[in-house]
Amino acid sequence: MAVVAASGCAPAGGQGPGRRAAALGHSPAGGGLAGLLAGVLACVLAGCAGPVSTLQPAGPAAREAAQLWWGMLTVGVIVLIGVVALWLHALRRPSAMVGPAEAKRITLLWLVGGGLLLPGFTLIALLAFGIPAGHRMLPLPLAGGEAPLRIEVIGHQWWWEVHYPDSGVVLADELHLPAGQPVDVVVRSADVIHSFWIPRLAGKIDMVPGRSNLIRLQADEAGEYRGQCAEYCGVSHAFMVLRVVAHEPAAYAAWQQERGG
Amino acid sequence: MSGEASDWPRPRGGGKGEGGGAGTGAADKVPQSSDGDPDPARLHEDFNAVWGNPRGWRSVTIVNHTAIGLRFMLTGLGFFLFGGLLAMLIRTQLALPGHTIMTPEVYAQVFTMHGTVMMFLFAVPMMEGLAVYLLPKMLGARDLVFPRLSALGYWCYLFGGLILCASLFLGIAPDAGWFMYTPLASATYTPGPNSDFWLIGITFVEISAVSAGVELAVSILRARAPGMSLDKMPLYAWYILTMAMMIIIGFPPLILGSILLELERAAGMPFFDPTRGGDPILWQHLFWLFGHPEVYIIFLPAAGIVSTLLPVFARRPIVGYAWVVVAVLTTGFISFGLWVHHMFTVGIPMLAQAFFSAASMLVAIPTAIQVFSWIATLWLGRPVFHLPMLWLTGFLVIFVAGGLTGVMLALVPFDWQVHDTHFVVAHMHYVLVGGMFFPLIAGLYYWLPHFSGRMASPALGRWGFWLVFGGFNLNFLVMHWTGLLGMPRRVNTYEAGLGWDLPNLVSSIGGFIMAAGVVTVLADILLHFRFGRPAPDNPWQADTLEWATALPPSPYNFISLPRVEGRHPLWDQPGIGRELAAGRGGLAVIDHGRRETWGTDPASGEVREIIHLPGNTALPFLAALSLAALCIALLAKAYGVALAAAVVVAGLLLRWSWENGAHPAAAPDARTAPGDPPLHSRTADGPGLWGMALTLLADGALYLALLFGWFYLWTVGPTWQVPEGGGMAGSAGRLLLAAAVVHTLAQFGMRRMARGGALRHGAAAFAAVAAGGALALGLVYAALQAAALVVTATAHDAVIAVVLGYSLAHLGMATAVTLLQALRVRRGYVGLEAPYEPLVVARLWHYNGGVLWSSYAALVLFPPAWGGAWGGV
Repeated sequence: MAVVAASGCAPAGGQGPGRRAAALGHSPAGGGLAGLLAGVLACVLAGCAGPVSTLQPAGPAAREAAQLWWGMLTVGVIVLIGVVALWLHALRRPSAMVGPAEAKRITLLWLVGGGLLLPGFTLIALLAFGIPAGHRMLPLPLAGGEAPLRIEVIGHQWWWEVHYPDSGVVLADELHLPAGQPVDVVVRSADVIHSFWIPRLAGKIDMVPGRSNLIRLQADEAGEYRGQCAEYCGVSHAFMVLRVVAHEPAAYAAWQQERGG
Repeated sequence: MSGEASDWPRPRGGGKGEGGGAGTGAADKVPQSSDGDPDPARLHEDFNAVWGNPRGWRSVTIVNHTAIGLRFMLTGLGFFLFGGLLAMLIRTQLALPGHTIMTPEVYAQVFTMHGTVMMFLFAVPMMEGLAVYLLPKMLGARDLVFPRLSALGYWCYLFGGLILCASLFLGIAPDAGWFMYTPLASATYTPGPNSDFWLIGITFVEISAVSAGVELAVSILRARAPGMSLDKMPLYAWYILTMAMMIIIGFPPLILGSILLELERAAGMPFFDPTRGGDPILWQHLFWLFGHPEVYIIFLPAAGIVSTLLPVFARRPIVGYAWVVVAVLTTGFISFGLWVHHMFTVGIPMLAQAFFSAASMLVAIPTAIQVFSWIATLWLGRPVFHLPMLWLTGFLVIFVAGGLTGVMLALVPFDWQVHDTHFVVAHMHYVLVGGMFFPLIAGLYYWLPHFSGRMASPALGRWGFWLVFGGFNLNFLVMHWTGLLGMPRRVNTYEAGLGWDLPNLVSSIGGFIMAAGVVTVLADILLHFRFGRPAPDNPWQADTLEWATALPPSPYNFISLPRVEGRHPLWDQPGIGRELAAGRGGLAVIDHGRRETWGTDPASGEVREIIHLPGNTALPFLAALSLAALCIALLAKAYGVALAAAVVVAGLLLRWSWENGAHPAAAPDARTAPGDPPLHSRTADGPGLWGMALTLLADGALYLALLFGWFYLWTVGPTWQVPEGGGMAGSAGRLLLAAAVVHTLAQFGMRRMARGGALRHGAAAFAAVAAGGALALGLVYAALQAAALVVTATAHDAVIAVVLGYSLAHLGMATAVTLLQALRVRRGYVGLEAPYEPLVVARLWHYNGGVLWSSYAALVLFPPAWGGAWGGV
């Protein structure tokens, strides 16, 4: 099920999965396995979508994280099923009389194969994918040499103060950014620790009093996204929501002009 | 050793038993001869006179490990039900969007207390309780080596837990999340007493954890059955030894952090306040330095249960014993190197993240070795399927799944997405419920005959399992998805339409099914006390010595102590229980009225001395009660009362230390049977040496965590400030140097005393050493004055004050106990015949010397060196 979901959900950005899932949901369930499968698939695909779903990524960083998830889920499910199946089989198999030499051989096979090699290779593979992926998410200098747009966000109990240093625009609980280009967000806190997170665009970064942290965002397409505080910051933590609007670059420039002028 | 037991000449008498005092006279007439065995019933009576537990209000004086272990477990069960109730409240609130059954304020207290209760008041104490109950029996001993410490630990746990939980009923419970991140938990953002309950209550409970850690580690190392060399120890003992060492090293950083945060809240010392040179991230380091090992402190004893039960049901020895031992030790070691994976989103340098990411994944290898050793054991064995195996199978499924999501979380770019979401909540419950609760229930069913003498019914137990297993997965498997859909943890409610509605409802239904399962299991266990069929001897055909006791066991465990030749004593000698009950093992004498067990070599397990144990006493109860008064006074900010309570605590503990060795309440008569080794208090080799060493290890972990804070703030604190003038640069530094020099001289004196040569100089020599300690103490105090610290102005001054205050407290303690040694020499409790205690005290002196010199290096030498090399801060 998970593997099927992976092929359906992972590469899709934007509105894809939701719409496709809806279509599948309406397919005539003619009873039997096919209908059930279709229903399950529909549920899973529909289940990926959501305004803050990390599985419906809309930016490069979130997409890499989602791809890592689907890959890890696939391997994880295989390992889990394999280990549990081995355990159940070992419990049920008719006991065979095994000589000491044979027992020693089987022991070594299990311990070296399952205990050392299996996790060892899995971890190496994971790091081989994961470390470059993490590296690509970092706010490194751009290839062209120009500096990305810089926005400063200060966390308060319980709202977001958004600064545009270039234009002097200041907003509350709203973040506007140009679509299709990288944006660096500098985060700070005015009181307690918050965490800045727009799930469909990128991972999260903590806003720690006394420190500045930097995260790189990119929205592939214009549209509305939703950010929220991820670190418990007091009683209204649940309502510390950020409205994120990605504009086409021209529209963004116009918006800046209007607000900054 | 054991062969000589039955033909020792009787009687001696003269010893004063504390356990009941009576019975010494009767013991003289025990019918014994070299060719006939004594009557087992008579033996039991005589032993019970010394070891028996009083009833009624006097039962607070019980120190026996069987009683204390059961109390730990019953109390842990109580807190578990309380924490579970809180979980039900949380799931009710989250079942539907926009649900506001609880206000955000109450919800914050409920989720904070759920985590706190489950981690600190259920998981750790429950595992310790089981270990306290089982270990001496498994190791063929009569009790743990510091029974009064077990009792103190229990009462601290009970009182601390009650104080903490009471806060919820008063509506002022901790509400900043169970890891108390500051500044949210600081006085500015949580002005009420809420955080104080956590900081003070948990520190109180930690006393219990650390004392149990010391107790268990020393008992495993020093009080095993003769012949039980390390490689013949039951695996469970290896697991508990590792857990105990991890508690000893892992809890002190949290204790230190709690003390610092409480000092910040109560006295305005700004360790974590960035506006005054502190750093809130330091709290996170101190917390997770403890917090990550904590996960393995909970998991390892549970894995120990698996490794104990599984071979019994597979009917063959575990496959790869040495592999498992190495894997367990490695897990303990690695677990101290990966705390930063809880902090991947705080802005740690990328290289450090890659290191901690790889280290976190590395822990999968020793875990996989254990899992495959279990599978191979089943594979090569002839498994039989009883109810505990069902729970072990459930454990495997859930724990492996939780381990896999753990590896995912260790991958930094993925963690950035799901950190602080319900994905993490789900992962953590998979690891903790799967890794701890399932093996625990398996273990409870397995050892039920031990507690009750009866067997449980298989039918109800199966229902309980399937309800818990099904409900758990419905709840938490779905919760992974909720997290991936972007739901942060600790939100008290959510809007409809974010995609979280259905999964939350499903999770809540699963949670309630699981609760029904827990109730079924409890009902099954309760009913079995009434209706279970009586258990036969060794009902599961197990291999470990706890099944050689009576069911349920007597407080002394064994009338006579076994000698062990292999790893599976009960498979090697199925009749050993009856042999021991008939007095054919070691130390089968009780007419001296002493509680005794073998003191054995840590490595070879060969006998070195007889450890005599204290009997029942109210001191631990009274000390814990006074500590509870101290806690409540601190919470109420009644510092005068707190000081008075602290004096009472110190008095009780000194009295406790007074009733040792040759004291009339301990072992005034040192005679032992011919051929037997001497009593430990008459040697230079008792368990107290290990007890002191491990306590100082815990103490040293706390001190190192403090120095870590100092260096951390100097080197990476973002707003570190060094005030002009004052500090340790001038005369304060010279005074500290003088204190270290004076102390070193006194330390040499103490060393001579400890080596025995100087003991004939008597009390005066001890008094002279104590005077040296007092002089050093005065010099440190003068340094503190000369430094002219403004502890509320900068973290710099606040840390210096704590470092010097730590030395003051330790020098005061060393001086006091050395003066007591002088008194004990005059009373004749210490001398050439009883040279043991000065050795124990000397360890404290050596430790204090190390502390003074390190403090000098850190406070006086380091700052100019750092400033000189890197151009100042």
